[in-house]
Amino acid sequence: MSITYLEAIREAQARALSEDPRVYIYGQDVGAFGGAFKATKNLANEFPGRVLDSPISEDAMVGSAIGAAIEGMRPIIEMQYADFSTVGFNQIVNNAATLFWRTETKCPLVIRLPSGGTPGSGPFHSQSMEALYATYPGLIVMTPATVEDAYSMLLEAVEIDDPVIFCEHKYLYYHLKAEALPTEAMPTGKARIARAGRDATVVTYSAMVHEALAMAEELAAEQIEVEVVDLRSIKPLDTDTVLASVARTGRMLAVGEAWPWGGVTAEVVARVACDGYNLLDAAPMRLNAKETPVPYHPNLWGTHRPTAQTIARAVKDLLRR
Amino acid sequence: MMRERYLTAYRWMLLARISEEKYANLLRASKIAGGVFIGKGQEAISVSTAMALEKGDIFAPLIRDQAGRLAFGESLLDATRTYLGSRLGPMRGRDGNVHRGRPREGYMAMISHLGAMISVVSGALIARRAKGEPGAIGAVSLGEGGTSTGAFHEALNQAAVEKLPLVVVVTNNQYAYSTPTARQFACANLADKAVGYGIEGHTIEFGNDLSECMDVIGGAAQRARAGHGPQLVVASILRLGGHGEHDDAHYVLDTLKRSKTGTDCLKLTEQFIVHEGLATAEELERWRAAAALQVEEAVATAQREPAPDPATEEWCAISTKRLVDGYGGGCQ
Repeated sequence: MSITYLEAIREAQARALSEDPRVYIYGQDVGAFGGAFKATKNLANEFPGRVLDSPISEDAMVGSAIGAAIEGMRPIIEMQYADFSTVGFNQIVNNAATLFWRTETKCPLVIRLPSGGTPGSGPFHSQSMEALYATYPGLIVMTPATVEDAYSMLLEAVEIDDPVIFCEHKYLYYHLKAEALPTEAMPTGKARIARAGRDATVVTYSAMVHEALAMAEELAAEQIEVEVVDLRSIKPLDTDTVLASVARTGRMLAVGEAWPWGGVTAEVVARVACDGYNLLDAAPMRLNAKETPVPYHPNLWGTHRPTAQTIARAVKDLLRR
Repeated sequence: MMRERYLTAYRWMLLARISEEKYANLLRASKIAGGVFIGKGQEAISVSTAMALEKGDIFAPLIRDQAGRLAFGESLLDATRTYLGSRLGPMRGRDGNVHRGRPREGYMAMISHLGAMISVVSGALIARRAKGEPGAIGAVSLGEGGTSTGAFHEALNQAAVEKLPLVVVVTNNQYAYSTPTARQFACANLADKAVGYGIEGHTIEFGNDLSECMDVIGGAAQRARAGHGPQLVVASILRLGGHGEHDDAHYVLDTLKRSKTGTDCLKLTEQFIVHEGLATAEELERWRAAAALQVEEAVATAQREPAPDPATEEWCAISTKRLVDGYGGGCQ
């Protein structure tokens, strides 16, 4: 038996609902329909009154979750697509993110963002919003790349007493499988060495971890050993694990599916440059999506985002530096 | 009983007026940082909203709700502390003036983005229902400008769908900062919007008439509590001042200032009290002096309290300390 990334998300929610009466799920089409991606399939049946369809009102969805969290509930909000979270942006960054600091009131809510691109999804169903949220103090931003992390980090997110932006990657929903759900969990805040290597470090997260691993496999055939660091959460960002890897390899490429201006890859490069300058044998590099909206056609989309091939080219450039 | 409630409301209005006049003076004396935003002229609406609430209810006041905040149970000292930035106040110098609250006690702390607090109160009511604690209602204050936001629309529709015991009190004070109503909306009466949401609407023609305010808002609260779903109350009044104390309000039309809508609710309430024999002019004078003394004491206390100290401030925006991203950019 195997379980997909998407099923892991569904199972984590089922477990959270069954173990904690404070948990409820609220989002568009999440009830009887089971969600646009079926991440809440059958949950409305299994947990009557606790998996609720919302109107198409992202602002009010998040606002009501804040109020419920203040009253001790643990809401999980499903944004139908990460892209639509911009409509709820104000509530997330100005209300939820500031609440604890302003009033010492805990705000335990989870906002699930089906993130990133898939072929044919186009400019408004493909975005990677993680950096936008990570820039705001008061939010935790998780970016799981594996079935195990999708499961255990979502469970952890529900337990955390602060607002968590849970960026689950749509490309991984059906593609990525594991043998079983994990029985042990690595805590959020720790990055993971997804593959060890001595020649260069690729720091990445979410779906790009798998492009990076495919690249590392290819380059291994050419006797190039690349270490892949999976950040797992981009806020907090585990600088220590990144620096330790750079100390081993001396070279670093940061890869992200988001746009090039600022963002996670820029943050990683900045941290390595500021704190690990002497560990570097060459200037660090970044590889991101192209500086346009995410294209619709699969041909364009496949070129817009980094792939194993473009990451491999970047790593070879890095090794020549 | 009615007499007592009316006089109680008046005394909160009086305390609000005097305390806010004091804050304005402190601002002019540079004792307050930032701004002072007063509810002068709107006290009758504000106090009526809070007095329609009972213990355990939820209240999200806005910028011009000093009277309602006090009536809801906020101490004058907490209000004063927040303006003066005392470390001992509920906001501890981290936020100021009207952005104060104690959310866990049902007293929400507004953000500046208008309409945002409606759905927050809805969520609190949804939680009460989920926890099997029905009975509470929620009240939210808003201005007419706030009705133009997407947040207002989303939240009213959501509250209607969920049939929540929510009272939204819109104070149409004729200006959103400087923007007159003709540039804000085109409907004849904002309360008509209630029909579109499938909720009940109420109009207060003169928001300076304390009896009308208490009757209409109190009635709406009763409807909400009795299970009739969200209630939209729209009260007309004139803001008797600027948007904040920095604003001379030169744009306010003289015709409005001279109109019945532009008449000060505090004066009208005092005239009514004396005329109806609820209290004597001498009693009013004594209450005014007592309120002024109370304000002076609160200011004196808050001024003696420590200011926030950046050296001991815990610069931490989340409660889960192990998940703090403490990266300092290599700086010490």
